[in-house]
Amino acid sequence: MNLNLLSWIIFLPIIGIIVIAVLPKPGQKTVKWIALSFALASFLISIAMFWMFDRSGSAIGHMQFEEKIAWIPAINAYYHLGVDGLSIPLVILMTFLGVVSVLVSWKIQLRPKEYFIWILLLESSILGVFCSLDLILFFLFWELELIPMYFLISIWGSGRKEYAANKYLIYTLVGSSFMLAGILSTYFITHTFDLTALAGISITSSFIPLTVLFFLLIVGFAIKLPVFPLHTWLPDAHTNAPTAASVILAGALLKMGGYGMIRLCVSMLPQIAVQYAPVMCTLAVIGVVYGAAVTMRQTDLKRLIAYSSVSHMGYVLLGIFALNQVSLAGASLQMFSHGVITGLLFAMVGLVYDKTHTRDLNNLSGLARQMPIIVVVFSIAGLASLGLPGTVGFIAEFITFAGSFASITIAGMKIFTLIAVTGVVVTAGYMLWMLQRVFYGYPLDKYNGVKDADAVEMISTFSFVAVIMAVGIYPAVLTNVINMGVAPIARLIGM
Amino acid sequence: MPTIVPWLIFLLPFASFLLIGLILRPFLNKWPRVAGYVTIGAVGLACALAFWVLFAVMGAPEHKLMVDDIQWAIIGNLNIHIGVLVDALTAVMVVVVTFVSLMVQIYSQGYMKGDPGYQRYYAFMSLFTACMLGLVLANNILFMFVFWEGVGLGSYLLIGFWFHKPSAANAAKKAFIVTRAGDFGFLAAILLLYASTGTFDTQTLYNLVATGALAGTTLTWVAIGIFAGAAGKSAQFPLHVWLPDAMEGPTPVSSLIHAATMVAAGVFLVARFYPLFQHSAEAMTTVAVIGAFTAIFAASMGLVMNDIKRVLAYSTISQLGYMMLGLGVGSVAIGIFHLFTHAFFKCLLFLGSGSVNHGTGTFDMRLMGGLRKAMPWTYATFVIGSLSLAGIWPLAGFWSKDQILVAAFANNPVLFTLAIVTVFMTAFYMFRAVFMTFHGEYKGGAVPEHGSHDEHSHGPHESPAVMVAPMVVLTVMAVCAGWFNVTGGFSQLLGSEAEGTNLVASFLGVFMHPLPLASLIVALLGIFLAYAMYLKKWISPEKIGNALKPIYTLLYRKYFMDELYENVFVKTILYNGIFKAMAMFDSSIVDGTVNGVANTTAGAGGVLRKIQNGQTQLYVISIAIGAIAIAICVYLFH
Repeated sequence: MNLNLLSWIIFLPIIGIIVIAVLPKPGQKTVKWIALSFALASFLISIAMFWMFDRSGSAIGHMQFEEKIAWIPAINAYYHLGVDGLSIPLVILMTFLGVVSVLVSWKIQLRPKEYFIWILLLESSILGVFCSLDLILFFLFWELELIPMYFLISIWGSGRKEYAANKYLIYTLVGSSFMLAGILSTYFITHTFDLTALAGISITSSFIPLTVLFFLLIVGFAIKLPVFPLHTWLPDAHTNAPTAASVILAGALLKMGGYGMIRLCVSMLPQIAVQYAPVMCTLAVIGVVYGAAVTMRQTDLKRLIAYSSVSHMGYVLLGIFALNQVSLAGASLQMFSHGVITGLLFAMVGLVYDKTHTRDLNNLSGLARQMPIIVVVFSIAGLASLGLPGTVGFIAEFITFAGSFASITIAGMKIFTLIAVTGVVVTAGYMLWMLQRVFYGYPLDKYNGVKDADAVEMISTFSFVAVIMAVGIYPAVLTNVINMGVAPIARLIGM
Repeated sequence: MPTIVPWLIFLLPFASFLLIGLILRPFLNKWPRVAGYVTIGAVGLACALAFWVLFAVMGAPEHKLMVDDIQWAIIGNLNIHIGVLVDALTAVMVVVVTFVSLMVQIYSQGYMKGDPGYQRYYAFMSLFTACMLGLVLANNILFMFVFWEGVGLGSYLLIGFWFHKPSAANAAKKAFIVTRAGDFGFLAAILLLYASTGTFDTQTLYNLVATGALAGTTLTWVAIGIFAGAAGKSAQFPLHVWLPDAMEGPTPVSSLIHAATMVAAGVFLVARFYPLFQHSAEAMTTVAVIGAFTAIFAASMGLVMNDIKRVLAYSTISQLGYMMLGLGVGSVAIGIFHLFTHAFFKCLLFLGSGSVNHGTGTFDMRLMGGLRKAMPWTYATFVIGSLSLAGIWPLAGFWSKDQILVAAFANNPVLFTLAIVTVFMTAFYMFRAVFMTFHGEYKGGAVPEHGSHDEHSHGPHESPAVMVAPMVVLTVMAVCAGWFNVTGGFSQLLGSEAEGTNLVASFLGVFMHPLPLASLIVALLGIFLAYAMYLKKWISPEKIGNALKPIYTLLYRKYFMDELYENVFVKTILYNGIFKAMAMFDSSIVDGTVNGVANTTAGAGGVLRKIQNGQTQLYVISIAIGAIAIAICVYLFH
């Protein structure tokens, strides 16, 4: 059976781009419907693939839906795709966000044709990162993602959009340049770009210390995740990006960092990872607590959510570098969880902004009366973000904490974990305070005329809520798969 | 008893929540009252099933029934199940929760009549009740935490029910965050249990403790962590500050929170993991000391409050302290028995205060007075509830409080002293409230607080039957609930030795023993002092207040703990201190460095651009210098 499902998933959005591009003067409606259809097709195929995914014990440690075609034989580079339990939740996350980001952009008026082309290209490139099993292909997709995001922020953004776009571009490129050096070094040591061969390979090198290799590879991922103190591009990019770009940025793009760390750094160099885990865990808990503290001080809704991402991605980093099976599974689920929850939060901020034309907490109050549907969905997103049971936010955080607290790979994990748990209390503080300031208290007369969510907005936001609740109530739907992905990695570490 | 019964006790109110939230509210908005009927039906049915469970447990060997278990998720060695555990503790709790909730739901039909959020109210009430039932039924600590947080959510939604009032929104947020601070300990305890035992299952934990596999420092920390969570929910010092503010919610909500759900959760949690506490002397002492201190600490503030609900709120904190003390120095049976009796009379008292509010439009006792004529039913039931709370023989409160005092007396004289002084204070502040509210002359009431009660401005009147009926039912329980344990039946059910055998002898035995008699006399003295000060005015409360101004201020301002937490800790130290410093560090140092690097690069580019001036000679010289430098390097380092 070889249907090339992964290629379809990745390239359907690009086919959509071609259709939009070749159509002579398509109307706004047409462009939106084309974008939606292709994003939806990609999503449905990814769901089908998830359904067909082999969950039997013999499939552990093997890639599925693999495609491998020789690409540049001279350097052993292949067009090599495949997914395992680690990547498949992220693929579904991205295809899902692809659909909803088209929906949240339904009211875009400015240059819609270009806009949706960039959105679809962004989707394809991120999907490519999660599916690539060849380092050159991986790097290609990794770099490709920059282009659409740069234009989305600098053209459709707001505020200091050029500054934010440039900062995003340059910051990421700095990381990428290190990563390229790391990838090339890896090739010169091992003579392969094949990720499946690299996982668990015993590398010895006289040519470059492995520690240096590890850090060359991780800098790019650390910027993406982001890891303190490399996070300051994020609030600027988020604050000034259009809603859909924020949704994808927070929802899927940051996950490329966490995914890369697990797939490259931990799988390839597990011993170095163990050695430097205390450093990474320290940065993780700083990220959690410091991110939460800075979030408390924000008055711009988007900046607030952006900083909360810094805090919540600290849990991912902690889970990864606690280096045990449960913590790695927790980190993977936390990536998915943060993707849907923060994606929804940004979508909701976008809605509030569309209706009130402000994101300043000091100008908002009592909107609950004027937006009865939006307040419910926004509250669910906020409560999920603070880890309320019944939502995916709780189970992801809990698994991460349980894994890292019980980890004996690294000394002092109990302390690291407990510090990270305090972040949960602060999160409750800023989330509830934000909800209170926006929705509760006295309604303001100037917002009497604002409309509540319309049908399209309800479809997009309710689908988020459905995912958040469904995985929260029955997490095994994802954890069974994630478990298969992280078990072999945990075995490499020897725990 | 079929396996499905305990599940249904939880699922019925939960289904009611979903039905109202997903169908009735969006699509059948024209008939709001249906939401009330659905909730009452679901909770009523759950209550009937709860009694079934109770009787089944009473007949079962060791008072324990089957444990039902379903796989939920497995990740590596993290194995999570979901299931129900039905033992005597669960059975008693489900009866208390469903019964009290049912009374409150019926009463709410009158109290919430005409409120625009009627359906939302009943949806949240269903959710709140369901989560509390889930908590008491769960067979493992992780799912107890899940529903524990659910109870927190329910209280958040209901305290902030009138969210357009900033005070309500603040109180809701405060309740959630303060209890979450305690939950930090609870969560840490769960993590520690997982790391050291690998299980969450209650029964397995009991076995591990019994065999000594779980012991020592680990066990103590686990118990302390669990107690931290319990202290948050059960409003124990120093996490008690949220409960008095929680009265911003509709009064029936307060009634439910203070009686059967939310605050009872903490006491229940300690009782559920009692075997863990029993094997750690440090943990037991912590529970007892915090309990006793909270009892007297809260009662002292109750002495001076002028808002009837605040008096009751401090009374709840104080009584919860008693329950903790009962657990700490006694047994599960003692602590839970007080929870059991307290649920009825405290629910009754809150409903009474709601009825008073319904009639007068205010909660301020200084604006009331003389209501006993206008509101005879409310008056009668409120007085009986107060007597029960004060611990007057032979009402419910007497029996449960007596056991705690006996246990405290046997354990530690200091704890006993705190407890007996609290008895005096309790009797005093309750009858201060009774005399201020129902006796003397009517002082006019106030303009109604929320819009639906406009028609009540014409003077105090009795509440409708739908509100009075539940109060009467609860009054019966406030009188009789204590008799379940006169011969030790309740204690035996919960695993303690039965003491008395002869009903009549035990019933009257009170007057043969010095301790019960002493507590009764102390309580009567408290009532007498209130009588002297607030009814007969032999002693002027104002004069005492002025004479003891510093103490009065200290009590009235709640020992300045709100100021300490909100102004000093949250606002000054955190928000304008550490958090502000971090935010400034972030924008100026972290981001400043990034921008600085960028600017330096751009500046360097500007400098370098001047070198690229097209003069070939300069290029040649540069190349030559470079070549020489390389040659020197190669020569030196080769």
